[in-house]
Amino acid sequence: MKLSPLLLAAAAALTVQSCKMKSTESAVGGDAAARTYVAPGKYDELYNFVSGGFSGQVAVYGLPSGRLLKVLPVFSVNPENGYGYSEETKPMLNTSHGFVPWDDQHHLALSQTNGEHDGRWLFANANNSPRVARIDLKAFKTMEIIELPNSGGNHSSPFLTENTEYVIAGTRFSVPVGNAESPLDNASYKKNFKSTASFIGIDKNSGHMNVAFQIILPGMDLDLSRAGKGPSHGWFFFSTYNTEQASTLLEVNASQKDKDFIVAVNWKKAEEYVKAGKAKKMATEYYHNTFNEENHTATSEIIKEVLTLDPEELKDLVYLIPCPKSPHGCDVDPSGEYIVGSGKLAALIPVFAFQKFVKAIEDKAFEGEYNGIPVIKYEAALHGEVQKPGLGPLHTEFDGKGNAYTSFFVSSEIVKWSIKDLKVLDRVPTYYSIGHLMVPGGDTKKPYGKYVVAYNKITKDRYLPTGPELAQSAQLYSIEGDKMQLLLDFPTIGEPHYAQAIPAEKIKDQSVKFFDIAKNKHPYVAAGEKATKVERKGNQVHVYMTAIRSHLTPDNIEGVQVGDEVYFHITNLEQDWDIPHGFAIKHAATAELLVMPGETSTLKFIPTQPGVYPFYCTDFCSALHQEMQGYMRVSPKGSNVPLKWHTGGTDSTAAVAAK
Amino acid sequence: MNRKLSAFGKVSIILAIGCIVMLWIVPMWRIDLAAPQYPEGISMQIWINDVKGDVEIINGLNHYIGMKTIHKNDFKEFVYMPVALGAFCLLGLLVLVLNRRAWFYAWTGLLLLIAAVSMYDFWKWEYDYGHNLDPTAPIKVPGMAYQPPLIGYKKMLNFEALSQPDIGGWFFIAAALLLTSAAFYEWRRAKKQRL
Repeated sequence: MKLSPLLLAAAAALTVQSCKMKSTESAVGGDAAARTYVAPGKYDELYNFVSGGFSGQVAVYGLPSGRLLKVLPVFSVNPENGYGYSEETKPMLNTSHGFVPWDDQHHLALSQTNGEHDGRWLFANANNSPRVARIDLKAFKTMEIIELPNSGGNHSSPFLTENTEYVIAGTRFSVPVGNAESPLDNASYKKNFKSTASFIGIDKNSGHMNVAFQIILPGMDLDLSRAGKGPSHGWFFFSTYNTEQASTLLEVNASQKDKDFIVAVNWKKAEEYVKAGKAKKMATEYYHNTFNEENHTATSEIIKEVLTLDPEELKDLVYLIPCPKSPHGCDVDPSGEYIVGSGKLAALIPVFAFQKFVKAIEDKAFEGEYNGIPVIKYEAALHGEVQKPGLGPLHTEFDGKGNAYTSFFVSSEIVKWSIKDLKVLDRVPTYYSIGHLMVPGGDTKKPYGKYVVAYNKITKDRYLPTGPELAQSAQLYSIEGDKMQLLLDFPTIGEPHYAQAIPAEKIKDQSVKFFDIAKNKHPYVAAGEKATKVERKGNQVHVYMTAIRSHLTPDNIEGVQVGDEVYFHITNLEQDWDIPHGFAIKHAATAELLVMPGETSTLKFIPTQPGVYPFYCTDFCSALHQEMQGYMRVSPKGSNVPLKWHTGGTDSTAAVAAK
Repeated sequence: MNRKLSAFGKVSIILAIGCIVMLWIVPMWRIDLAAPQYPEGISMQIWINDVKGDVEIINGLNHYIGMKTIHKNDFKEFVYMPVALGAFCLLGLLVLVLNRRAWFYAWTGLLLLIAAVSMYDFWKWEYDYGHNLDPTAPIKVPGMAYQPPLIGYKKMLNFEALSQPDIGGWFFIAAALLLTSAAFYEWRRAKKQRL
């Protein structure tokens, strides 16, 4: 039978058509819109807490809609609400090197009870000035920030044990302990530089943090970490690179060895050693900043010593498991039995079995020592390797059904594989260059599953262009079926790294609606308009001001002089949800305040010229919000204008002469 | 001629007292408000001796239109009501002991009188509250009054208001219905006896 040339040409054209490269459109399934659509007035299914990267903040999104709900100020000042500018919040950003208004925020951890998210607190790391913050999930507010001594770059943080006993802080950059000076060359690095793993103890009721102890490790770069759980509870696992111990051109020098390590720390043992008095006290200095809910004020405490443990002396504290090649992610599956190391330069994924690791220690299956720490034989701890999974494996999350999901930076994809037989089951492209990924509850004993979210490094053509700097990008995939399915793109703030997600029910009903004004113990509270006043103490002027719809009391102030330090202590008298008041004064060189109902906040203002300074409420509060305004008269220095104030003509705010 | 109460009459006294005593345990009346910016609703409960619920929120809102603020201490009713209802219950026990129809009629009448006076007093307060506005109020709508409904639904500017008996109120109504029907039954029984 003869085919006409025309038919052949048509067949060829069809073949070419079907060989076209996969586009974004073809990657999105038909019902994706319906599965991510949250109708007006409806709530999202999950809260998604996403690290803000170089913004220093934490963003809260709803899933599956991807809608931005809030940006929580944590490590960076936020003039929008006065965080880091108000007298009450300034101490939150104090460090041993002064006030630091910015940081680089990479990872988040929701508090856990019995290996499940309990919705109480969210922990966040600061990479640059090593710190860990605790955010309260009732008020969505940063309540505590602790600095880490002997740390250079707090990257391997904040990861939690299964009952929130400890939050971990491992150093990315090794540095000489005690902030000592040292020459910069490879020899000096080997001799003087150390990495540390800090175990921050968490009070189980208040959430208060304290650096319980530090393990001083050989100089290398700790990267990421996970606590063991279930059978491996009591252990912590860190990935590490630069075991070559190079101080320069790490791109080449830290990529020489075929294998680096997973560092396994027996923290239960560490606790025993601390109890037995085996820890050494080291003099140091670091800050611990806490926000007090009763007086709405943060205070800084300087801590002068830290307990350290030396694994070279305490032989059964730390073991090293060889892991190819410059491992980045280090993840523990929901059963607590398998530890996944992801060598970002490796072409396979090694999976270690906890039971085999324990047996290897018992059998002394060691291949040698590294700086005095035993190194277990690779094969002795290995469960198996996932062969040819993709290029550049980074992080792995789990769905609780025996599947693992690994992100691949270089090949820009998510690969689903089976923990049991290490077979690749499915792969989907990400747009583009995924870093972290997150399955809701994927780091816990009981993953919620259902979705995986990719947090990508490159946005390129995903959104309307906005000049050289583009929006950051996250992508939501369904993992309910056998095949992963792309559902949604949504832009994020900063550069997103790791994230956490929790069902809305575990958080939404505990939300604080307002602060009880009867319990406000701020030293400058005005718990009613009758308590408003203006006081002069030398060159300080304290204004006890109240805000309620729709006036500020007092709203006329005279007798302030150029160079005075004027403290506006604003108390919001409202006792209803969603009624904050704002406060801004012309020429303030700092920020405004947003004051929550029942709260007192203070803005410091130093006028430099005489004149009349208007002030007003910045947060639209009522039909008469635009009328919520006032004036402060500033006279030249040494003027004899008496201090007086009032609002309207009521007797409670009658003018009183100064002194 | 037998002037004594029937068994039904006697039982109704005990039940009615029981109903009235409930007013110390549950609220008597409720006013619910809803507006677009208050999707969760605002609610105020009136007890025989107190006013509870979102009173502070209502006070905060009403200052725009110059309505007076609501304070428990401004209501002498919260002193009179418990005294009147307490006395009513004690009198009920006396009627039970005296066991005379005439006293029963009078006692039933007393409850209906208390109900009528209370409702009139409530209406009068609502009228004053809704009409007696501060002349310097920021928002003035010509010809607008804000008297809440005595009972039922009413739309006032952006607010919808619903006024109705709360659990205690229904117990009161049950007591009144019970005593009225018992009195009617006693009257029919007496008429039959006379024939």
